[in-house]
Amino acid sequence: MRYLPLTEADRAEMLSVIGAPSVDALFRDVPDAAHLSGPIQGLPNHMGELAVERTLAAMAAKNVAAGSVPFFLGAGAYRHHVPATVDYMVQRGEFLTAYTPYQPEVSQGTLQVLFEFQSQVALLTGMDVANASMYDGATACAEAVMMANRVTRRKKAILSGGLHPHYRDTTTTDAHFIGFDTAVQPADPLGTEDLEALVDSDTACVVVQNPSVFGHVRDLSALSAACKAKGALLIVVVTEVVSLGLLPAPGAMGADVVVAEGQSLGNPLTFGGPYVGLFAVKDKYVRQMPGRLCGQTVDADGKRGFVLTLSTREQHIRREKATSNICTNAGLCALAFSIHLSLLGEAGFTKLARLNHATAVQLADKLAAVKGVEVLNSGFFNEFTVRLSRPAADVVEQLAARGILAGVPVSRLFAGEHPDLLLVAATETTTASDIDALAAALAEVL
Amino acid sequence: MNNQGRPTTPAAETPADAPVDSGATISGNRGLQIEEALIFEQDSVGQCGVDLPDVPDVAFRLGGIAPRERVGLPGLAEPTVVRHYTRLSQKNYSIDTGFYPLGSCTMKHNPRLNEKMARLPGFADVHPLQPESTVQGALELMHTLAHWLTTLTGMAGVTLAPAAGAHGEMAGMMAIRAALEHRGEAARTRVLVPESAHGTNPATAAALGFTVDPIPATADGRVDLAALTAKLGPDVAGIMLTNPNTCGLFERDIRAIADAVHGAGGYFYCDGANFNAIVGRVRPADLGVDAMHINLHKTFSTPHGGGGPGSGPVVFSEALAPFAPVPYVVVENGALRLVEHTDGTGSYGRMKAFHGQMGMFVRALAYMLSHGADGLWQAAGDAVLNANYVMARLSSVMTPSFDGPCMHECLFDDRFLKGTGVTTLDIAKALIDEGFHPMTMYFPLVVHGALLIEPTETEPKANLDQFIATLTGLAERAKAGDVAHFQAAPRFTPRRRLDETAAARKPVLRWAAE
Repeated sequence: MRYLPLTEADRAEMLSVIGAPSVDALFRDVPDAAHLSGPIQGLPNHMGELAVERTLAAMAAKNVAAGSVPFFLGAGAYRHHVPATVDYMVQRGEFLTAYTPYQPEVSQGTLQVLFEFQSQVALLTGMDVANASMYDGATACAEAVMMANRVTRRKKAILSGGLHPHYRDTTTTDAHFIGFDTAVQPADPLGTEDLEALVDSDTACVVVQNPSVFGHVRDLSALSAACKAKGALLIVVVTEVVSLGLLPAPGAMGADVVVAEGQSLGNPLTFGGPYVGLFAVKDKYVRQMPGRLCGQTVDADGKRGFVLTLSTREQHIRREKATSNICTNAGLCALAFSIHLSLLGEAGFTKLARLNHATAVQLADKLAAVKGVEVLNSGFFNEFTVRLSRPAADVVEQLAARGILAGVPVSRLFAGEHPDLLLVAATETTTASDIDALAAALAEVL
Repeated sequence: MNNQGRPTTPAAETPADAPVDSGATISGNRGLQIEEALIFEQDSVGQCGVDLPDVPDVAFRLGGIAPRERVGLPGLAEPTVVRHYTRLSQKNYSIDTGFYPLGSCTMKHNPRLNEKMARLPGFADVHPLQPESTVQGALELMHTLAHWLTTLTGMAGVTLAPAAGAHGEMAGMMAIRAALEHRGEAARTRVLVPESAHGTNPATAAALGFTVDPIPATADGRVDLAALTAKLGPDVAGIMLTNPNTCGLFERDIRAIADAVHGAGGYFYCDGANFNAIVGRVRPADLGVDAMHINLHKTFSTPHGGGGPGSGPVVFSEALAPFAPVPYVVVENGALRLVEHTDGTGSYGRMKAFHGQMGMFVRALAYMLSHGADGLWQAAGDAVLNANYVMARLSSVMTPSFDGPCMHECLFDDRFLKGTGVTTLDIAKALIDEGFHPMTMYFPLVVHGALLIEPTETEPKANLDQFIATLTGLAERAKAGDVAHFQAAPRFTPRRRLDETAAARKPVLRWAAE
């Protein structure tokens, strides 16, 4: 009860000011049949801090932490080293415990961070403007498709077979309910699909992931030209944002919208969330984009300052005509992203990307030398697909029992399909001995 | 504009009663009010705040694509970064620094125990696609949280997937749509939404292709039951109702509303954003609810982080539970397992990558365990007591919009300012100068010049008394005709009133090299 500051004397005095006989009397509008007469049954009573710590630590101890074993999982969530400064800064109470900056005069800290975040994301993606973040990459992808519908007034989206299945499913869920056609291409493990040929004058957008969920990198210029010729938008998905330090910016390849998962910078894996969705567009789509936007302005003394802006697109103003129902952003995750990227800077970010790629190249070469392993990718960033001589899910279980987390079986993402394929990722956290351990273990079980 | 944020043109005329030295320093800094340039304006080319190992000498394998040469980011050393963000943080008002009575946003104390628990490596450093055998503790935490949520609400099922309250609304309304499709009644496309609803409610319904049909409020701030009943028909999918509602009131007729909607073949979606007023004291199942989202960050206290992240689990009635989105946790042969694909289930699909906001689940459960059933009972009671106390004491100078008792927030309108020339916005800005974060203004829309105050249960009585005295003083000052005082506010903030119109007219949304 340590969080409740009122004393019994306070409560009695306050009730007398109100003129109510009891706190229960304040609930008099609740129907009697629905009003519990005491604490709810079936749940424990309050615990002290030590007891809570013990209870939760016991649960945490039943999980294998990624940092405690050789670890090669990716598929949309990546283990990177987060500098200590990031978590220290986000835990400053003035950031951590502030709300959406509705009163700009006392929220300039959050607002300037968001303005800098938007600027950073625009630079990474090579786009004109980014918003102040979405829930995650998958929901950002679904929102981008809905935006393409508003912009083009067409009702068909082509979803690449290289798109992460969670992004695909999140998008098709939304699309189903608004009666939007999604032409979902079959899984593309070899990275050879021809999307250009599918674009026609009914197409609202093409959604393509780069690198694809199977790790293939591709030049999107031809696809962009095909989209432009037919009046469709090209939506580029990036699940590993560190790749933008080495691969050409999607904007430079002709993207109209870029959506990305920003977890890789500043945010831990946390079993899948909270993450941070990035959303960037060309200037002409700014008023159609979902989510919060922070803009520069001046105050009454003519000094530069920042405010939330273009809110006439938002649910609290336009209600049923809003561009989306999104109310919050991922403010704290965006802050962590922004701090990590500020620490890296131009030199650090491009070096980190090269380090990730080079480590993955070393991993690919080591694995390719193992009998029963075939590397499918000719080009990749920090993740690629291997074909195993045995079902990948079984191999992963076997290696987990030996203390190695070997990667993500493709069958887990694609509902049982492609049982012999395994996605393997390396980052700057992957050591040479981790790579040796994986290669040796695979050689033994295959 | 130079990079210190100072004007390059002469400042606007200083208001009559502003401090004479307003802004008049050589550096642009004033004591602890530091002018902090953008990171891009502090660029020290080639500088880096991270020491990375050397890149192994390998040939790039990029499938023939040329590597990117340049991104355009600034270079900053670690001390510069630490100072930058520390200074920016000091320009924020937060719950750690003071009273934050923002109605319907529930800014309560954020226990640091929750943060410590969320950072245990067994929770923070776990990948969502690890083999289930290596994440039994994470699945146990989700299973336990689901048990708390279904017990507290009395409902049949729950999805933990939604990433925020508004995302939860999507989940709930999708389940309603899926259930209607399953019944062969997809033609039910009209959703009734009271005018006092959160803006997300009509936005959600419209985003899913429903037609939004507003329901007026009665003179006592509740849903007009007669108007509601008149609108029911064979094309109605359901109702989206906030309870306690945005006027801070409990919907007295809620059982009758539920029965009427059910009788007409529709479903009852409850916006549970205000669940913290009744948690542990009222089970939504007993009110006839079919689906309701719960903002974990509000009801169970996780930091709002300058706008998020949130987490919006949805509880379902028996009728809707089978349609819940994937993934969810099941118990199979004594082990916990995730159902991640829809095949063989009635689920309508997936709505987010991975399994939900695990970091928020840990914080919420830490808070639930800390409070327990008895503590939640007390917490909801204190939240309601605090709001009624503020309403009672302010009633002498301001006009409550509706008769009490209120729930966890109290609502006033701007009648007390009539003829003074002072607006509710002016009152809000003057409060900032007094050291308080303003209340929610303009909302709910059914009240003119609304002032919605939510003290929460973690506010000591002494703070409430100070706030009440301050607001009383400002109301009296407004009535005394001191308009200039209000129009000059705020004066003691890093920035004075910001020009929001100019920001929207010519949007500058990013830094760009000159």
